[in-house]
Amino acid sequence: MASLKDMRVRIASTKATQKITKAMQMVAASKLRRAQSAAEAARPYAEKMDAVISNIASAAAGSPGAPVLLGGTGKDQVHLLLVCTGERGLSGAFNSSIVRLARERALVLINQGKEVKFFCVGRKGYEQLRRTFDKQIVEHVDLRSVRQLGFVNAEAIAKKVIARFEAGEFDVCTLFYSRFKSVISQLPTAQQIIPLVVEAPAANAGPKTSYEYEPEEDEILTRLLPRNLAVQIFRALLENNASFYGAQMSAMDNATRNAGEMIRKQTLIYNRTRQAMITKELIEIISGAEAV
Amino acid sequence: MATFHFDLVSPEKLAFSGEVDQVDVPGVEGDFGVLAGHAPVIAAVRPGILTVTTGGNHQKIIVLGGLAEVSEKGLTVLADVATSIDELDRAEFAETISGMEAKLAEKEGSELDHAIERLDHFKSIQSQLSSTAMH
Repeated sequence: MASLKDMRVRIASTKATQKITKAMQMVAASKLRRAQSAAEAARPYAEKMDAVISNIASAAAGSPGAPVLLGGTGKDQVHLLLVCTGERGLSGAFNSSIVRLARERALVLINQGKEVKFFCVGRKGYEQLRRTFDKQIVEHVDLRSVRQLGFVNAEAIAKKVIARFEAGEFDVCTLFYSRFKSVISQLPTAQQIIPLVVEAPAANAGPKTSYEYEPEEDEILTRLLPRNLAVQIFRALLENNASFYGAQMSAMDNATRNAGEMIRKQTLIYNRTRQAMITKELIEIISGAEAV
Repeated sequence: MATFHFDLVSPEKLAFSGEVDQVDVPGVEGDFGVLAGHAPVIAAVRPGILTVTTGGNHQKIIVLGGLAEVSEKGLTVLADVATSIDELDRAEFAETISGMEAKLAEKEGSELDHAIERLDHFKSIQSQLSSTAMH
């Protein structure tokens, strides 16, 4: 059995761990607030962009001259999975759940005889996917050195995706990220971004405004589609960021609570052992005195 | 004078939102002014200076490309970057321009044309900036 001193040391180390997880929880909470407001600040732009795109695109889609980013290549043989994960762990199942969703989708596609390629954003997803899909990973972007997520980061990723699309490397691109629902609930989500899925305008929306276009519709659309891609990626990154801190916060909260539970148990055992030893010593003294 | 609603949004934030009298937008095919009751238009925006007029006050905002939409609800400008003229770091802006000039040599074909066009827009913003600074 462990000596009393060993037990004391173990309790002290559990307490130290608890302090660390508590601190991490607090840091995550404050970062979460910032990430959340950044995600909210990006929302009006993305919403307006959606509205304008669906307005123009619903007219242009289906017509033979529609840009490939909207109409697709006409095939769906090669799929690119753009998997956005966090750069760090210690956040519960946050990274794994995104990777799991992407992996399941990949297996389904492979079973259908399609070809799958991966584009990883974030270190954690890359490390997990590398184990099973090493050869299919075509690119990996690390955002570790980025302190404040800016639109430029998303734009850089979008450029790489478009360059590969124009080189004919894939037909369909799907974006995987974690949508931030609340602090305790993050939803891994798959969203198809190439070709763009345009929601049909609601039938009861009333008479549609007929816009004048300057320059021509096609030209605006060709300008807008790559931008929209960057906007979608940017939104995914921001949502991911908020989700990450939310997941980390609840994971660390759990860890702190578990450490507390462990300290309670260890202290109980420690006290019992201590009392048993005192009783044993007393018995020894008394029986010794009786013998004399 | 009748006012209308104007939103200026960039990917990172909502830069301006409110009732205004007039907005002058630098369009790709020339500048245009928007007043209340303007016909619905969707126009691409080139890098330039956007002027917002409210009750006789002029506010100048630098936008680096984007899209303008006029509907019956008002004007919405989706700007790639929107900076108020007072907040702009002129030294940094000049640095961006010289950086773009340096990169020109690497480009060719239509990409070069685009780069030159963009550079021209940036330079015209800069010259407008320095001319307003003198007043």
